Amino acid sequence: MLDPTVLQTLWFAIIAFFFAGYFLLEGFDFGVQMNVATFWRRGPGTRGTILKTIGPVWDGNEVWVITGGALIFAAFPEWYATLFSGFYFALLALLLVLIVRVCAFKWRDKVDSVRWKNSWDVVHIIGGFAPALLWGIAFGNIVSGVAIDENRWVTTDFFGLLNPFALLGGVVFVLLFWLHGTLYLALKVEGQLRGDANRLAEILVLPTIVAGAAYLLWFQFAYSNTWWTLIPLAIAAFALVAVLPLNRMRRESWAFAATATGIVAAAATLFAGLFPYVLPATNDPAHSLTVANASSSEHTLMIMLVATAILLPIVLAYTIWTYRVFRHRIRDDAEAPAPGSQLMEKAKKGYREAFQQD
Amino acid sequence: MEALDLARWQFGITTVYHFIFVPLTIGLSLMVAMMHTRAVFAKDPVRKDSWTRLTKFFGSMLIVNFGIGIATGLVQEFQFGLNWSEYARFVGDVFGAPLALEGLAAFFVESVFLGLWIFGWGKMPEKVHLLTIWLVAIATTLSAYFIIAANSFMQHPVGAMLNNETGRAELDPAQGSLLAVLTNVTTLAAFPHVVAGAWLVAAAFVTGISAWHMVNHHNRARTAGMGSVEGEQHHHMARDVFRPAVRFGVVAMFVSAVALVVSGDFQAKLMFEQQPMKMASAEALCETQDDVPFSILTVGGPDAFTEDCSGVTHLIEVPYVTGILATNDPHATLQGVDDLNAQYKEQFGETATDIHGNEVEADYRPNLFVTYWSFRLMMGLAVFSGILAVWALWVTRGKGEKARTSGSTWLKWYAVLAIPMPFLANSAGWVFTEIGRQPWVVHPNPDDPTIRLMTMQGVSSHAAWMVATSLIAFTLVYGVLAVVWFQMMRKAALQGIPIPTRDESTDELDTPTLSFEY
Repeated sequence: MLDPTVLQTLWFAIIAFFFAGYFLLEGFDFGVQMNVATFWRRGPGTRGTILKTIGPVWDGNEVWVITGGALIFAAFPEWYATLFSGFYFALLALLLVLIVRVCAFKWRDKVDSVRWKNSWDVVHIIGGFAPALLWGIAFGNIVSGVAIDENRWVTTDFFGLLNPFALLGGVVFVLLFWLHGTLYLALKVEGQLRGDANRLAEILVLPTIVAGAAYLLWFQFAYSNTWWTLIPLAIAAFALVAVLPLNRMRRESWAFAATATGIVAAAATLFAGLFPYVLPATNDPAHSLTVANASSSEHTLMIMLVATAILLPIVLAYTIWTYRVFRHRIRDDAEAPAPGSQLMEKAKKGYREAFQQD
Repeated sequence: MEALDLARWQFGITTVYHFIFVPLTIGLSLMVAMMHTRAVFAKDPVRKDSWTRLTKFFGSMLIVNFGIGIATGLVQEFQFGLNWSEYARFVGDVFGAPLALEGLAAFFVESVFLGLWIFGWGKMPEKVHLLTIWLVAIATTLSAYFIIAANSFMQHPVGAMLNNETGRAELDPAQGSLLAVLTNVTTLAAFPHVVAGAWLVAAAFVTGISAWHMVNHHNRARTAGMGSVEGEQHHHMARDVFRPAVRFGVVAMFVSAVALVVSGDFQAKLMFEQQPMKMASAEALCETQDDVPFSILTVGGPDAFTEDCSGVTHLIEVPYVTGILATNDPHATLQGVDDLNAQYKEQFGETATDIHGNEVEADYRPNLFVTYWSFRLMMGLAVFSGILAVWALWVTRGKGEKARTSGSTWLKWYAVLAIPMPFLANSAGWVFTEIGRQPWVVHPNPDDPTIRLMTMQGVSSHAAWMVATSLIAFTLVYGVLAVVWFQMMRKAALQGIPIPTRDESTDELDTPTLSFEY
């Protein structure tokens, strides 16, 4: 097998960075959308508030995977070609749900009718669960490998992708993103919804730890190519366990930071364990796609590295700025005001009027 | 149908569909940015109010349109892998770079700053907020640049060499590498043409919708009587809100028309050098001849075009025009399709190897029926916009107190019917240039034809039923979304701009907030 060059290794790390960023950011968007289902009975108003927490940011978050895909194309064309043609129906399903999901975000509030909003909210729920599940299944298959022939065409069919390890991966992605999105929600709203999100997180955290641990340990012992991945694995485990006390203490930003760490560490485990492969062949190791045999020329890798080094910091800077602009909690207008809350307002107003000051 | 044909249909359908929305997004984001600028910098409060309302009115439609553009763009990013994996392998080293740059330099800006613009009203300083929509407009245009650069590599590959060991195209430092790809003369010609086309779409859109409302308010003002409060309000809406928008749209139409003609002419001459087969097909010119006229009407069924040129009859012709279009010389000798086909057969072989290793007979002629008519459709549809621009300009003439508005029902309906025409012209232009490139997916550069790939050599190895399934799935979902999109745009456009009400007690102008957030 060819040894990977420094540039190829670096590019593998950049791709891993983009997918980790995508799962970290879009992960909570998926989770928030799943919670449209959890809080369905509160009505379209509350569901709208839930979605509003990610309104200004989900679009930018999605670009992480669009750019990630394009970067795979530029840096590892053989990987791009084999993966996306080989996972045909999985990719087709993913694209279709991502398409309708975008429309749900942009169009839901454009018509003032309950039926209209309910319909798009159903799309939101599918748009939260389905991509999480499909990404989990896809990554399960990427790290465990598929059958590849001598033309580098995948011969595993769609039902072959639905193996137990990959399906567990799908469940883990759903649970992890659901928990992540619930903690994000607790962080971004105030009032009753905030407390409810805390309680939901409490319910979600245990199954997430159990399924996540099972999945990563299975990966470690069956598929990982290095023992070093035990380190990010341990970090991921520690972070997820830490969510439990942090959430109970209502330390919302810390709890959210913990799931964020868990997601990034889990992504690091998977990618580092996959290296130096990008798509292992289960039938014949000689057909495996590796960092070395699937990449672009060194020249292209170099140019794209320079371009990425210039552009990525700018992207990160304004992305962080956006989160700062929209850092404030939002209130659920549909929620009934807590008993006694108007009294306080009334008293304050009376006080202000009496003394003519703010 | 075979997998190859289905894959081509799928690419055609998804791409033409995507490009219904993209030109409107590119053009309208720029026009909304300009409207917003006028709103921010206007000194006169009435003007400021008018332009703010227009910004929100058209901004709200921009958002609806942006959504579907992003959604359908997702498919574009991945379908080179889905159905065209062998193409992706062959060109990935070169072609992936502009796509990745598009993501890094344009998509992030577009989506992050659009979110800031939509949700940022009142949350940040006015001028910073204005800057966000400008960044969106610049990023959409930049995005087009990278895509045109990628597409131009398929029309006229530069900056790359063939690696004989891997059989793949690679960026070549000796030939200028990525810089050469980004400054490909084909890109420099196509980019202004595509962007001007996008402006025309948006300009006709703004003019059409504004003219509709101007006429309606004008007539309602007449009905209510100029003395009445209601009449005054409608008069104000017609004269101070929608009339400026009509004039703005008309100016944008003229600018884009000039840019389209100049860039189109340049592009045609370039194409005669780089892809003579495409331009010969545009004229359905079968045999090599001098003093080539430009035919306006030609008869012969689709078969007559594709099988053999003898069945094609040019009925109406304008002498010398094709020669001028090609080389500026009316007497130029232009090569015909049949001669070029024979020449290519000699150069590139009578047969070609498909992805499964079979030798297939090669035919280097594109579908003449499609190229011939799409070329004429692209140019002919512009007439609708021309009439709209002149008509709308004439009825809104005058300045200050003499500024006119129109109550013509004819204008109102014509303005609306003229909206889809530039959309269709854009589609026709793309159909022409992409079908005209066939049978190549990467057309050989005449100066160095080593890098070339036929479409049948770029397809993924899938069973026909698989491609058919995805073709049907995309078409169904896209069909439903198109209906929803159209209803929403129609509703948003018809809604118009709410009439401002003046609060009696404070005398402050109340601007009802449009449903803007999602």
